Amino acid sequence: MTDKPSGMAEHILAFCEELRSEDVAIGTSEIQDAFKALEIIPWIEPVDFRESLATTLAKSPKDREIFDLVFDRHFFRATEAASLEYAPEGGEGRKAALSDDIRDELSMEALAEAIRQAIAEGDESAMNELARLAIEAFGRQGESSGVVGVDMQRIRRGLGLTPSSDSSGDGEADGEQIDRDQIARFERQLRRELQRQQIQKQGQLPPARPLSDLNRALPMRGAQDLAAVHKAVAQMKRRLATLGHDPRGAKRGRTVDVRRTMRSSLETGGVPLNLKYRPRRPRKPEIYVLCDVSTSVSSASTFFLSVLHALHDSFRKLRSFVFIERISEVTHVFEDERDFTAIAEKITSTGGVADISGYTDYGRVWNEFYADVSADLGPRSTVIVLGDARTNGRPPAEDAFARVADRANRTFWLNPEPELYWNYGDSVMSAYTPFCDGAFECWKTEHLEQFVDVVASGKVEHATSSARKYTSGHRY
Amino acid sequence: MAVTPQATPDSPAEVADALRQASYLADESTALIAFLAQRLGKPVLVEGPAGVGKTELAKALSRATGRELVRLQCYEGLDEAKALYEWNYRKQLLQIQATASTGDEESAPVGMGEIFTEEFLLERPLMKAIANPDPVVLLIDEIDKTDQEFEAMLLELLSDFQITIPEMGQISATTHPIVLLTSNNSRELTEALKRRCLYLWLDYPNREREIEIIRLHEPEIDQALAGRLVDVVDMVRELDLKKPPSIAESIDWARTLVLMGADDIDEKTFRDSLSIIIKHRTDLDLVAEKIVPRLGGASTNGSS
Repeated sequence: MTDKPSGMAEHILAFCEELRSEDVAIGTSEIQDAFKALEIIPWIEPVDFRESLATTLAKSPKDREIFDLVFDRHFFRATEAASLEYAPEGGEGRKAALSDDIRDELSMEALAEAIRQAIAEGDESAMNELARLAIEAFGRQGESSGVVGVDMQRIRRGLGLTPSSDSSGDGEADGEQIDRDQIARFERQLRRELQRQQIQKQGQLPPARPLSDLNRALPMRGAQDLAAVHKAVAQMKRRLATLGHDPRGAKRGRTVDVRRTMRSSLETGGVPLNLKYRPRRPRKPEIYVLCDVSTSVSSASTFFLSVLHALHDSFRKLRSFVFIERISEVTHVFEDERDFTAIAEKITSTGGVADISGYTDYGRVWNEFYADVSADLGPRSTVIVLGDARTNGRPPAEDAFARVADRANRTFWLNPEPELYWNYGDSVMSAYTPFCDGAFECWKTEHLEQFVDVVASGKVEHATSSARKYTSGHRY
Repeated sequence: MAVTPQATPDSPAEVADALRQASYLADESTALIAFLAQRLGKPVLVEGPAGVGKTELAKALSRATGRELVRLQCYEGLDEAKALYEWNYRKQLLQIQATASTGDEESAPVGMGEIFTEEFLLERPLMKAIANPDPVVLLIDEIDKTDQEFEAMLLELLSDFQITIPEMGQISATTHPIVLLTSNNSRELTEALKRRCLYLWLDYPNREREIEIIRLHEPEIDQALAGRLVDVVDMVRELDLKKPPSIAESIDWARTLVLMGADDIDEKTFRDSLSIIIKHRTDLDLVAEKIVPRLGGASTNGSS
């Protein structure tokens, strides 16, 4: 077992290569670790083998997800390739070995029943067997379309496999409960078998396809990605709190605690040798968020509201405002209510937004904001604007915005439109950007993370250019 | 415990057994990674939601291997002086004074070598783990609470198990400690740190395992009630709560139910003992609204 076939090492290297092509960062040291782990793990155990590779190669939940997808795909293809190479007849033999006698009398209903049972028991090998039987049964009826996805849907429908929809209600009546996960497991078997048969039929592997974007990250779908937004904002919190501090090192800017110094000087004969410092408190940033909720950003406003929601979770000194034609403060809405959908409803329906039917008027908003709130702005304040800067042809009042930005320590603008569209039509983004410490396009969680990164790196003065650099790399 | 400290395990199953004896039920991948950590001598980065037993894993490993547990709790602003070592200035000063008063004026002043020795070193957790003659389990808890600078400082320790003190040189570990780092994922850790670690994602256990865990810690609870409890806790975890109930809270709840003498979780018992698993006022409201109505219906079917 210690003497591995050279093929294995190559397979693993190829596998790592494939992971890299899916943007999982794998260094040489990680590959070395993987090999070291495989030396002491009996890698004929599928679970141990997989987990050893996973723990050495995939180092975040996201990477792990990609790892699982690629692992299944890669090693499935690898075994199929090998079986094509070494035993072209192998597939036939296996099929013949399969319970020949029962095959004929197995009715559709009995098959469906057997499958249900196997699924309920979670018996993988039985599921595999039954998947093959099902495919064959459907094949005899001449229903094979040659497209894996279509066939799978047909077989599933034919077997009447549907997840018991409401777990408490009618699902109980059949006496059998099959949840979605278990059906998904059977489907995986089914898909695998279908692919296997197709490969056998054609005698070659289909071309490898990279994982689609859909597989890894879904674009913002309302509250579903709330967790992702919360995570990005939690990171932002740390960064905003430490930003503005000089980097640690030496005891810069610390104040001496005279009282404690004197007290401790008693030990050294009244000579204050040990200076005692006041503990340094992390600064609490004050954040002002202004969020555009007009119709021109309606697609993005759910996203923005979830950002606001997450911000409220993380920061205590946070005041939030929504605006269309006029501005209104919604801090209390977030403080009173925790459920996201309830908040969204309150705000977008009537909740305090002064004039829901109006058109966005940025100029008026700035003037109002400056008049009402600017007295509270100070060197600790961070102003974050979420909006598309579309003024409907009204004056942008950039001077008012400039005064706001001047009073606040930092001002950031997150625009829900791709940068390409900025300044087209009635967008007056360029009027505001000179006064911002950074302006970013932001319509999904990745952008939010980039924003956090840029803010975190401290290079705020180059923020616009680096944001551009980030975004141009995207293929969206 | 019948475990000899220095023994290295031969298989993941052996680790799983040892952990079970230390009353920690590890799933397959956890046992495997604990095994790899001991055999490869690599630190393990454990991530997962709060309360799934990340810290407990380190404690159990320490019990199972008979090693001492050295724990470093991280927090914002933690620095070298509190994590690694610090010079005992006071003692150094006294030393200088003592030599100055006893020796005559012509003798050489106290040299660097004399006051920068181990005698004047205050050991902090990381140093303690490295310098300990017996192998230890080092737990660096909630590493995500520290700053990136601190993370960078850990790199030397994690890859080579040594610490460099400018005045003294390197101090290397004589034995390989088992190092566990835990993170609640409140920020992304650096690639450099991740590269040096094995990665373990701990999630809430599945139903059977959680029942087993609860029964291990509270043997008096009967199987059916434990199953019912886990079902309810699962329902609660599915809600968008500020703080979903952790495994520790499930166990506490099991103990409470046993003390209350309950044999089923109906609306009344649930309301009475709700505060054991829910620790937020807004969460309480949400749970009362979403879960309590479902209890009545579900309880007629028993735990299925």
